[in-house]
Amino acid sequence: MEETKLTSKQFLNELTAKHYDGALQAKAEGKPVAWAVSISPQELFETLDMHVVYPENHAAAIGARKEAMKFIDHAEGIGYSADICSYARINMAYTDIPHAEAQDIPLPDVVLCSANICTTVMKWWENLAKKLRVPLVFIDTPFNHTYEVPDHAVEYLRGQFESAIKQLEDFSGKRFDFDKLGEVMKLSNATCQWWKAATDLAQFTPSPLNGFDMFNYMAIMVCMRGNADGHKLFKLWYEELLAKKEAGLGPWSSAEEKYRIMWDGIACWPHLSTTFKTLKKYGINMVTSTYPESWNVRYETNDLTGMARAYTVNYANRNLDFGTDYLKKLVDQFNLDGVLYHSNRSCKLMDFRQYEVRRRVEAMTGIPTTMFDGDQTDPRSFSEAQYETRVQGLVEMMDKRKAAGR
Amino acid sequence: MSDYKELIAELVAAAETPAKTIKKSMEDTGKKAIGCFPLHIPEEIIYACNYLPVGMWGGKTDLKLCDTYMQSFCCTIMRANLEYGMKGTYNFLSGIVMNAMCDTLKCVCEDWKIAVPQVPIIPVVYAQQRKSEEGIEYMKAEFKRVRHALEKLEGRMVMDRDVENAYEMYEDYRAAMRDFDATCVNYPITMDAYTRHLVIKAGFFMDKAVYKEKIKAITAGLKAQAPEKFDGIRVIATGLLSEPNEVLNIFKENNIAIVGDDLAQESRLWRTPGRDIKGSVWEKMALRMADQRGDCFLYEPDKQRGEMMIEMCKARSAKAVVVFMMKFCDPEEFDYPIYKKELDDAGVPHLYLEVDQMIDSFEQIRTRIQAFAEQF
Ligand code: SF4
Ligand code: SF4
Repeated sequence: MEETKLTSKQFLNELTAKHYDGALQAKAEGKPVAWAVSISPQELFETLDMHVVYPENHAAAIGARKEAMKFIDHAEGIGYSADICSYARINMAYTDIPHAEAQDIPLPDVVLCSANICTTVMKWWENLAKKLRVPLVFIDTPFNHTYEVPDHAVEYLRGQFESAIKQLEDFSGKRFDFDKLGEVMKLSNATCQWWKAATDLAQFTPSPLNGFDMFNYMAIMVCMRGNADGHKLFKLWYEELLAKKEAGLGPWSSAEEKYRIMWDGIACWPHLSTTFKTLKKYGINMVTSTYPESWNVRYETNDLTGMARAYTVNYANRNLDFGTDYLKKLVDQFNLDGVLYHSNRSCKLMDFRQYEVRRRVEAMTGIPTTMFDGDQTDPRSFSEAQYETRVQGLVEMMDKRKAAGR
Repeated sequence: MSDYKELIAELVAAAETPAKTIKKSMEDTGKKAIGCFPLHIPEEIIYACNYLPVGMWGGKTDLKLCDTYMQSFCCTIMRANLEYGMKGTYNFLSGIVMNAMCDTLKCVCEDWKIAVPQVPIIPVVYAQQRKSEEGIEYMKAEFKRVRHALEKLEGRMVMDRDVENAYEMYEDYRAAMRDFDATCVNYPITMDAYTRHLVIKAGFFMDKAVYKEKIKAITAGLKAQAPEKFDGIRVIATGLLSEPNEVLNIFKENNIAIVGDDLAQESRLWRTPGRDIKGSVWEKMALRMADQRGDCFLYEPDKQRGEMMIEMCKARSAKAVVVFMMKFCDPEEFDYPIYKKELDDAGVPHLYLEVDQMIDSFEQIRTRIQAFAEQF
């Protein structure tokens, strides 16, 4: 009976606690713990029952808790340039000062890197492996400068998945159970389906989803999409949103959704509340981003090649033509009034294509867009005044367009 | 024998005027040119397709047009390349080949297609899992894909044996560079920091078959002289490239010689020889990448770079390492804290210079170099 009353928000918090407590406890019991990149083939780790912590999630939590500077200062003190991704700076510093008010995590015994989100993580994970003297399991995902993934890249990935399995077997001393992998694949796909279905409900006007919630739920997509808990959470979340939608409810109880926008890029964790409140003040709901699809890692169960392929087709690893087509699709599907681009000082792979994507999306769809300067966890790159001005400007352009009947 | 000195002067002049040198190389060889972006590029394939591969390592220019494609916190080398491309400076090229070894390069690869449509781009994506069977298979396929793209561009077929011949020529060139580099250690006065860099750089603008013979002659000329007595400070340079050139002249003023390097633009390109094996040229090329060590753009979980620099300092009696840190080059920046600690632990001092190609005022750098020189 208790169970039915549990909200997805409560469950999300429970799972977050369970995730970190589990890892800390495992470490205390002398069991190995891994650190992995956010869009990693967690299916492999789940099959081996590994305890995996995700440094990007952790750094984001530190950022949101406004304690990033302690780590950033330390990282810069030991030679990390201020130009380096702030997640990496925070995490490398955490290996020296392993305590955060936001959350503690155990240091890893093995580190797992999949470079589909950027090459930065390859360098970052090398540094972890070297500094902590732990093995590194690495999946290289060649950048797709062609629209589709070339066959030889898929073959290469498949080979790497097999090598990674071998490496993980050696590390864990366990034999890899392919039947279990099949089960995990099935569950992972099902979880992704609920995640996608939930975030797709934002296509309705008004959207039952407040897009900033998506940033929070995403952390669980990163770490639990291959297990029963994650599956249950996203199903529950979907059901709640569906009920809200059917009741005709919008994203907030205290305000109406007047404008629907997409947020391009990562959240500004240290300024989460400011960025959210400023939008809400104008009735702007962030209804989508590129993230729903990035964690919608889908393939046929028992198809390791398909799974390998699925891990290289995320937005960040695709070319500009794909990126623009994808954004255009979001503008149409989500009935967007505008786009807000986060020029994220940390993330060169996202930034240096953004100007052209922005121009093209404007030209293809006619909707107004704006851009602001920020950083996902380094609080220094963001200016509240600039953000507010840019958002105001966007509102004016959106109004003009609405007045002109779209 | 002074003709090796004339050759040195010739190559320095060639490197000082890249546009003129490239034009002359194109005229002399009757070949069309393909631009090669920084870091590893399979020049053998370009050469086999009868093109002249020329280096594109940025340069000093006003940055305006490129700002419509990228934020100002992008490395100046890529901003400069895009600026030149958009200005039309590269219109004489038949195409460019670019790799995707860092996040910036991936973006520039995409931006180039739109910003500089008149100069076709052939991207090449190297395997970072360089040593595994699947990595080697992938590289072989990727190299062949590049050949195919060049065949289409040029409208002619290129046989494996053409690539094999080009590879052999490049192996000879790389061996000549290694010999030259090792020889320069004994001639730090003739081959001062500026001269050494420009002699090496000239190779980016010339046909390697011509250039390598000049390098061999310079090496032979140097070897015929008695080793130079040098009372200055010997150092090793590391980083992307040791520019701007003005900085090298400040080294010279302060009696500092660069007696070896770990630079992306210099020895990382030729320090690794191909394996002497029976396999196909594609396999040899892939294995040569697999054998690279300590290169920050190539995956290496045990990061041997620091260790290699410490060894090089010992072997070449260098007292210190000079870090040319290209501003905003994050792969280079990531390596720094790791090798910094290793150098510190080994008692090898280092000078950290943050550089970019657009610097106009060198006073601060001069002061830092002077202060650095005083500690020895
Ligand atoms: S923020 Fe960007 S650079 Fe940093 S880890 Fe994420 S994708 Fe990579
Ligand atoms: S970031 Fe570094 S490696 Fe990448 S393009 Fe710029 S200078 Fe080259």
